Amino acid sequence: MQDMKPEDLSSDDYQEFQLKYFDGSERRVLCSDVETEFPDGCLIVSRTDLEGIITHVNKSFVLMSGFTEDELIGQPHYILRHPDIPPAAFADLWNTLSKHEKWHGYVKNLRKDGGYYWVYATVIPNIRNGEIISYTSVRRKPSAKKVAECIKLYPTLF
Amino acid sequence: MPYTMTISPDFKPELIAGWYIFNTWLQKKIDTNIHINMVNDFNELSKTIDSGSIDLIYANPCDIAKLVREKSFTPIAKPVGCQDETIIITNSKTSDIHIESLKSGLKVAQTDVPDVNTIGMIMLEPADISPDDIEVIPCSNYITVAKKVINGEADIGFLLADAYGEFTKLVKNQVQPIITSKIHVLHHALLAGPNFSNIQALQEAVLSMQNDTSGTGILKSLELEKWERMDLDEAEFLIDLIDTLSP
Repeated sequence: MQDMKPEDLSSDDYQEFQLKYFDGSERRVLCSDVETEFPDGCLIVSRTDLEGIITHVNKSFVLMSGFTEDELIGQPHYILRHPDIPPAAFADLWNTLSKHEKWHGYVKNLRKDGGYYWVYATVIPNIRNGEIISYTSVRRKPSAKKVAECIKLYPTLF
Repeated sequence: MPYTMTISPDFKPELIAGWYIFNTWLQKKIDTNIHINMVNDFNELSKTIDSGSIDLIYANPCDIAKLVREKSFTPIAKPVGCQDETIIITNSKTSDIHIESLKSGLKVAQTDVPDVNTIGMIMLEPADISPDDIEVIPCSNYITVAKKVINGEADIGFLLADAYGEFTKLVKNQVQPIITSKIHVLHHALLAGPNFSNIQALQEAVLSMQNDTSGTGILKSLELEKWERMDLDEAEFLIDLIDTLSP
């Protein structure tokens, strides 16, 4: 996955981070404080394969992420990972899914333009004949109160 | 012995004649006897599905999981351009109509339509309101939902967005929408039970309905544009989506 580029950002005021992912790959991400509010009544829907590679996105995903559909399909879902989210949250996600259970959590996602948006995410394993074949994720507008709690909690989990 | 078809009880009452005409057309088209068994509510529908007496159903998305995964129904077709979206309404006199301003203890007028109620509750989440935080005012239909809101017996009401769109001006003037879902992926579907032997003919008939004059007229009477093929993968995706949305 390519490093983020300053020319793609919506703000000149950004911080640079080097993220390391579970598969050993690394990426330079550029993060601004520009928040995109989750639109009322929308749901972001996506599916990934067993390796977390995006295979399906809906219009709201495209709109909120700032990427085009073509840019998203085939990319790892961690293209959205924001450095403010502790790795422990994702470890909990994968641990829960591996037990064939549904995972819920509040997540700050990174946009292509360096901005961010908070979501309340639900991820389920898609089970066919007892085997997980893929994952479905639905993200919706979170409660502001819960987001405020996460903003306090997440820095303590690194 | 004829097959039995039922229609999800959230269909518009004014379309009932259209479904009977659809059945007559279908029987002739695939040379098969089909009897219609209309049910009054989702509780009765659930019992009817469990009894194994249904062979063909136009189903709400929330019932598709049970039909496909537990009862071995086969998805046949979905209506083009007919998504189930939910609207939350309140009384027109309410001044603050932001979701975030709603508080726990809310009285919610709702029918028993499962996908509308599921999406309605999801749209209350930004206000930190869960199913335990509301008092449900059960209603038999959408106009009753509106009446409860208008009379002040309920603070808000959950409606199918299409149903709200068809309210008279008199009703619309007394309520106001707070939020409308824009999900675009929930829809009803036509499914056939495991004992229905002529699935291919059934699918071919409904998918080509718009190509014959009588079929076009019937589609119009059902307020449908046309049917589109729905395969098992798509049904499974819809089921997975409903799973993620369920509390």
